[in-house]
Amino acid sequence: MAGKTLYDKLWDSHLVKNLDDGTSLIYIDLHFLHEVTSPQAFEGLRLSGRKPWRSDANLATPDHNVPTTPDERSQGVEGILDPVSKIQVKSLDSNCDEFGISEFQIDDPRHGIVHVIGPEQGRTLPGMTIVCGDSHTSTHGALGSLAHGIGTSEVEHVLATQCLVQKKAKNMLVSVNGQLNPGVTAKDVVLAIIGKIGTAGGTGYTIEFGGQAIRSLSVEGRMTVCNMAIEAGARAGLVAVDEMTIEYVKGRPFAPTGDTLEKAVAAWKGLVSDSDAKFEAVVELDAADIVPQVSWGTSPEMVAPVTGNVPDPATAGNETKQNNYLQALKYMGLEAGTPIQSIKLDRVFIGSCTNSRIEDLRAAAAVVKGRKVADNIKEALVVPGSGLVKKQAEEEGLDRIFTEAGLQWREPGCSMCLAMNADQLGEGEHCASTSNRNFEGRQGFGGRTHLVSPAMAAAAAVHGHFVDVRELELN
Amino acid sequence: MKKFIEEDGLVMPLDRANVDTDYIIPKQFLKSIKRTGFGKNLFDEARYLDKGLPDQDCAGRPVNPDFVMNQPRYQGATILLARVNFGCGSSREHAPWALDDYGFRCIIAPSYADIFFNNCIKNGILLIVLDEKIVDELFRETEATEGYRLAVDLNAQTITKPDGSEIGFDIEDSRKNVLLNGLDDISLTLQNKEEILGFEKQWQEQSPWLFKTIGT
Repeated sequence: MAGKTLYDKLWDSHLVKNLDDGTSLIYIDLHFLHEVTSPQAFEGLRLSGRKPWRSDANLATPDHNVPTTPDERSQGVEGILDPVSKIQVKSLDSNCDEFGISEFQIDDPRHGIVHVIGPEQGRTLPGMTIVCGDSHTSTHGALGSLAHGIGTSEVEHVLATQCLVQKKAKNMLVSVNGQLNPGVTAKDVVLAIIGKIGTAGGTGYTIEFGGQAIRSLSVEGRMTVCNMAIEAGARAGLVAVDEMTIEYVKGRPFAPTGDTLEKAVAAWKGLVSDSDAKFEAVVELDAADIVPQVSWGTSPEMVAPVTGNVPDPATAGNETKQNNYLQALKYMGLEAGTPIQSIKLDRVFIGSCTNSRIEDLRAAAAVVKGRKVADNIKEALVVPGSGLVKKQAEEEGLDRIFTEAGLQWREPGCSMCLAMNADQLGEGEHCASTSNRNFEGRQGFGGRTHLVSPAMAAAAAVHGHFVDVRELELN
Repeated sequence: MKKFIEEDGLVMPLDRANVDTDYIIPKQFLKSIKRTGFGKNLFDEARYLDKGLPDQDCAGRPVNPDFVMNQPRYQGATILLARVNFGCGSSREHAPWALDDYGFRCIIAPSYADIFFNNCIKNGILLIVLDEKIVDELFRETEATEGYRLAVDLNAQTITKPDGSEIGFDIEDSRKNVLLNGLDDISLTLQNKEEILGFEKQWQEQSPWLFKTIGT
């Protein structure tokens, strides 16, 4: 009998029952909630008179729709200026209170982006099934847990039953072989992967990321990679458990301790794909070929190396894809053949569940240290992923490096990644962003997003246009 | 839950690949804590020339005459014809809520994103997958013929064209059953309560660290 993939193992260990119609009932260990996709689910529970199956398997925090300016945040939820946003954040507070669900409220020191605080607190553990009404739940797969986004109806379903009805996905292995070159980060790796397999390349699959380059990434870097599995169409991304994973988890507030930890570690060590496991699809990349990436279009698959040019739609394959490229170039205000490094920028955003952890902020700070933001940059935001990331960065003096260079140091939240709050692009503005989506209007009406790594965004802030971060000397 | 049995309706073609859920319903409308009222902001950034605001009366807003949805011939459309990877990106169920609220009952495309697919089924919207060549043909016919309608029959798994010819489509039995009967899937899952409790008990014995009650 063929061996099992990591995904097969996680699926099998959470299988409650195979149903008659080919679907399966899968048990969910942990459910994260936030203010935007949960109110209608709580309302559904109220209308049907249902209670959460297991309230201790849930953790909530408001992140999508919270302001990030120190002024607005200094007064907690009451300080939110937008009355509609305030109602939404307050609804999460009252719903959590009513249904007995733990919440890190807006003024809790542990508050932050849900996909940052889960691993940070040790709530995310290897071997778990994790869901959240947010597509970037795939982030948690970096710790060897099966994690994916769900819609609001499924949020209600998980609250009420602790289960989801699912059809098993296929297995894909994306192997990044060899070593990355200096200056090339997890973000560049995942953008290169999406550029290769396309934004629907992983649809119907769970992607396991492997190979020497992935194994060499820190756990935070692995989170960046798994975070964007959904941009390749895969609901879940995974990285096998190794010593680095276990060391990351140990000692975190909600991680097991003592004898329980020993038992857990013994179980976690088995969370790897068997050597004879079968994957329905295998994609290989050579790490040495990956250079810093910049997205030029309106889909995360529209990426180019920083050394390259905006491509010619005529080279894009079939007619649908050519039209897609033409629509993207029109929206972005770019012409085919334009060198990536000549794209002028208006704003810079360093943050989001993709790149707002301490290592991301260190990488950005190392680039801007002793330099100044270019004159043509109207605003450069640094938005830490959580209150604890912010505290750590301040202890390391990173906040001063940023503010001395002319970047703004903000309070944690999703911020300009989806621009639900006041942090938005103006019409026609180009932004170097460490977030995950460059869709039309994503960062603001008419805004033009270019996805990059934190170091590349920082370098763009200093130069006012894209530069190859590998050519910069660090102060 | 809302049923889908059949739909005989006007077809609107949206000739764009990788339509993401931000495009279907922009983020500013996600501040609502309701499930209804999103239809007036469906495809907001393509449909109007200005930036839309939550709770705004859309009647006086400048519309984009080039956007397909604003063309008189497509008013009242209930079937959306789309391109590959429709519904990619964010998991927001506000996207199917907006499509449903506007009046779309069925979408035909070569492929969809996974989370969006599930979200549509939960809202009684039928998503039909057809070969890209057949979708191309439907685009040509829809654009060439004003008032082009299709009749979709989920039970028979057929689409009937104006000339009477039929196109068959596949759908998983589980999804077909849920849509035809408008089943409440939480009630269905809770019929397995004993199995869930049984699983939970053995899982807690095997992995006690997953059952630690969280502090606040």
